[in-house]
Amino acid sequence: MSAVMITRKVRKWEKLPGKNTFCCDGRVMMARQKGVFYLTLFLIIGTCSLFFAFECPYLAVHLSPAIPVFAALLFLFVMAMLLRTSFSDPGVLPRALPEEATFIEMEIEAANGNVPAGQRPPPRIRNVQINNQIVKLKYCYTCKIFRPPRASHCSICDNCVDRFDHHCPWVGNCVGKRNYRYFYLFTLSLSLLTIYIFTFDIVHVVMRSVDNGFLNTLKETPGTVLEVLVCFFTLWSVVGLTGFHTYLISLNQTTNEDIKGSWSGKNRVQNPYSHKNIIKNCCEVLCGPTYPSVLDRRGLMQDDSLVSATGAAQSSSSSNSTLQSTHAVLCLQKTTAPLIPNEHTPDDAKPSIAASAEKSPSPKEELPPASKLPPLASPETDAETSIAKDKTH
Amino acid sequence: MAETHSLQDMRPQAAVAAKVFIQRDYTNGTVCQFQTKFPSELETRIDKQQFEETVRMLNNLYAEAEKLGSQSYIEGCLACLTAYTVFLCMETHYEKMLKKIAKYIQEQNDKIYAPRGLLLTDPIERGLRVIEVTIFEDRSLTR
Repeated sequence: MSAVMITRKVRKWEKLPGKNTFCCDGRVMMARQKGVFYLTLFLIIGTCSLFFAFECPYLAVHLSPAIPVFAALLFLFVMAMLLRTSFSDPGVLPRALPEEATFIEMEIEAANGNVPAGQRPPPRIRNVQINNQIVKLKYCYTCKIFRPPRASHCSICDNCVDRFDHHCPWVGNCVGKRNYRYFYLFTLSLSLLTIYIFTFDIVHVVMRSVDNGFLNTLKETPGTVLEVLVCFFTLWSVVGLTGFHTYLISLNQTTNEDIKGSWSGKNRVQNPYSHKNIIKNCCEVLCGPTYPSVLDRRGLMQDDSLVSATGAAQSSSSSNSTLQSTHAVLCLQKTTAPLIPNEHTPDDAKPSIAASAEKSPSPKEELPPASKLPPLASPETDAETSIAKDKTH
Repeated sequence: MAETHSLQDMRPQAAVAAKVFIQRDYTNGTVCQFQTKFPSELETRIDKQQFEETVRMLNNLYAEAEKLGSQSYIEGCLACLTAYTVFLCMETHYEKMLKKIAKYIQEQNDKIYAPRGLLLTDPIERGLRVIEVTIFEDRSLTR
């Protein structure tokens, strides 16, 4: 039984490990569970449609035509920020290639020295001094790297994310260095939009009731009742969340650090990243440089796979990758890539025979994601600190 | 992304002897800086001053890319006002600097590192985590 090795070009996103979904040939990157994100879309678009259908005609005539215009602009801004947050790379750190992983292991072994048999080796921690504070860098067993400061491993997306804030099911993505400002602007503009719609709903009902009576008004515009309900419940959560993130930004902290209490408490280290100036902190987080993605999702790479003579393709890439490498198809893709990306290195071009591509669970990092109703923020569950809190904001 | 494997394509005969990874230097926070400490594996191949100069130059370029100044603030505010659609047509300052860095690394490889049997990999291809230095087997010694 002979086997033929075929080499073809695939986009790098098809080979990325981690539990992300990619769309539009790698241009869009999201988490796997998108149900709550669709709910968010439905609520925003639905409520705004009702507003434009029921309230705006009346208010444009009786008050001012600027009202629907401003609402439309605000709605477009909210959608732009939501889509930007959901579809962009949050700041995922690529996993270490085999040589780098080996190099780090050798360094760790050299640092640990001889461990007597039967004893557990010391935890893999590197101490660095940042602005005269000692910060511990933890080793990620899944990604085989020492996590940069402020980075954290998201167990839902199975990636290390730089400046990890939290995994937000409402936007269907992690919130990290690259998309935090879009997330903040989304919550801020959504708060404004909710307050705006709520206020003008009340104004509209009052104005109409003066002419027609309260019950008749409700009969004429049933959409108003629905809008008021949605806005009322949304207001509390979204405005609260915006306030919380404004507080975090002024202190240059992440939700993850806040939940873990990294910088609070007497004996703890003070936040070394804060400029100790609210304006400077806000400027850095909101108006800082726009960091590029280091993932290069749309780059091309060689994919070597073994195809047996019987015809069953034993390729490690996902089944539709041949299509994907030639067209940009608008469909959702699940990557079933192996743990370490199969990059073509100059010295060895070994074929990737891992057909099932089942990830061997690393001893410390496998924890199931939260199974209850999605809270507004799911902190990453880091096995080494054994914290499994869920905080609903 | 700049293709830095061109030198490897040009010399298919050279085998990789080892790889050294220059780690990040976090003493100034999360800004992208690399350690200028000279690795012992390169002692026989390249001058310490030369190597440190390369890393220092890279650090300067990255520092400029991430600089918090009036330019980044204006870019940020302008982008926010246009709901970030301006980035569809305009390149960000960081991206411009990354292109500069890629060009600099290519230059350094051509002029200094390739003649000594070394190859620098652009850190962006390693997630801005390390500068990978590939040490090729020294064929001149085996002849």
